[in-house]
Amino acid sequence: MASTSAHGSAPTRIRPSARSRRPHRGIELSRGQAILRGVVLTIGAIVFLFPFYYMLVGSLQREPDPSVAGAFPNPANLTIDNYVAINGRINLIEGLVNSGIFTGGVLLCTVVFGLLAGYALAMLQWRGRGATFALALLVQVVPFQLLIIPLYVLIARNYGLADNYLGMILPFAINSTAVIIFRQYFLQLPKELFDAARVDGAGELRLLWSVALPLVRPALVTAVLLTFIGPWNEFLWPFLITKDASMQPLAVSLANYISNVASSTANPFGAILAGAVVLAAPVVVLFIIGQRYFTATDLGSSVKG
Amino acid sequence: MSTSTSVAGTRLGAGRRASAAGPGRPPSKHPLRVRVFGRHPYGGLFAVPYLVFVIGVFAYPLVFAVYMSFFDYFFAAPGAQVDRPFVGLDNYVQVFTDPAVLQSFANVGVFLIINVPLTVLLSIVLATALNRVVHARVFLRVSYYVPYVTASVAVIAVWLFLFNSDGLVNNILGPLAPNPSWLINPALAMPTVALYVTWKQLGFFILLYLAALQNVPDELYESAATDGAGKIRSFFSVTVPGVRPATVLVLLLSTIVGANLFTEPYLLTGGGGPNGASTSPVFVMYQQGIEQGHPGFAAAIGIVLVIVVLVIAFLENRFGEGRD
Repeated sequence: MASTSAHGSAPTRIRPSARSRRPHRGIELSRGQAILRGVVLTIGAIVFLFPFYYMLVGSLQREPDPSVAGAFPNPANLTIDNYVAINGRINLIEGLVNSGIFTGGVLLCTVVFGLLAGYALAMLQWRGRGATFALALLVQVVPFQLLIIPLYVLIARNYGLADNYLGMILPFAINSTAVIIFRQYFLQLPKELFDAARVDGAGELRLLWSVALPLVRPALVTAVLLTFIGPWNEFLWPFLITKDASMQPLAVSLANYISNVASSTANPFGAILAGAVVLAAPVVVLFIIGQRYFTATDLGSSVKG
Repeated sequence: MSTSTSVAGTRLGAGRRASAAGPGRPPSKHPLRVRVFGRHPYGGLFAVPYLVFVIGVFAYPLVFAVYMSFFDYFFAAPGAQVDRPFVGLDNYVQVFTDPAVLQSFANVGVFLIINVPLTVLLSIVLATALNRVVHARVFLRVSYYVPYVTASVAVIAVWLFLFNSDGLVNNILGPLAPNPSWLINPALAMPTVALYVTWKQLGFFILLYLAALQNVPDELYESAATDGAGKIRSFFSVTVPGVRPATVLVLLLSTIVGANLFTEPYLLTGGGGPNGASTSPVFVMYQQGIEQGHPGFAAAIGIVLVIVVLVIAFLENRFGEGRD
């Protein structure tokens, strides 16, 4: 609650009252209903979190123990050998670096070009603006993976960008959802502020950099979080475009390990789960730290266009 | 969807602002230039990188895919001149006669029948329950979307461990455990994949519903309560109609997720097993287009899939708006 309201203090929220409406007058839950709700929510939380807990426990087990007792850590059966084993088969550091470069490139392009596009869509009047915005919405409905064949032919075959960071980044370079989030936040800024600065002779780039950008910092965090999960978690595209193991993001090298070589390790599940923990940890930590920028209100305004 | 309305809204706003132009720039000063290029013609320049990206990564490949699907297209070294014969509709005929392709489409049908209603039901119930929570709100919200933000490859590893023949799920079920086990059982492989994807994506859809719930006016709940409606009744007659736009969006997005299915059949069921019972069109596209070198055929599968998705999306949109 408290953390989400920090967000409501952004310059001009469309729905400032969304949080303060609660609790409801005259429609309070009865005690039994409140308990039922608590039970539903708790079961939900367990169902969502248990696999992550199990991932961590499994990655630390010397012998895989799929029995019910194995869900509880047994000090006699704990080891970090699985992390050593998976690191021996796939280079975890190299994978993390590749994932980082892939994700970093996408974030850079999205923030720079996405901000420019979002600013142009919200604050400037130019021919083709409506069409561009419609395009940004339309792109979200196109199932991206259906374009993999032509993209593969173009990028890997025609442009020769296989096993290349540029080829990896290109199809994801500018996240359209981020563009729409930026536009949405810029639209909420008071127009008078910009008109006044324009009268003073400020150029649009300067306006964007020193007036608009400081005011939409929360949108920047939301867009970065949302964009981050795309390339970091993406499997199919980097899997197609990288054959050289030293170029593969961690998701790809771990997937290759799961499907090809896991059976040749002493404790395959332990090693797989150890790799899974390394792959999952950065995102989970990032979203726990940045959770107040990833709420219904942040995303709601974007998806409703 | 809200596309058309919001675009119209933008134009309306643009017009209003143009007519009330600031004192520094009377609109009559450059009437022709303003009329042709807008008040800020360089605004188009700001959007050029994004437009180039959309054209290069979405529009052109889409056109290229259509082109490819009419040819016996095959891979060649860059720059090499090769003959790629025009084959007309042969690739499309093959799409509708190849049993592997037909099975993959049937599999996605099974997937959608399980995944879409389950997603809508669970996310609306959990979002409604979460909406009024004061305590532990942040904890619950974060735990619900953790699966959504985590790499599928990482969580698939745990599901493999959980749903293994002698995994934890079967150990808990004991004699009730299916034989053969979940992921290697032809009748259960696809439903298990659908269940996995529902679990994985649910957090995002809960956020969408939470956003929609903020827009349901409290007065409606109050008047429903005044009219003597109980909690359940007001859920069905106030909440469900109130979040209908979000429901349409959830239907559309979860259908698109289903159409994009690849990682799950590739890893969770070891390449669409058993016996192709959990393949997906994108997986067949990968096998045919990349592994076996028939990108023309694979492109045709993609085009057919896009058309099928568009038809389903259209029906869902009609369904969502129809009962207003």
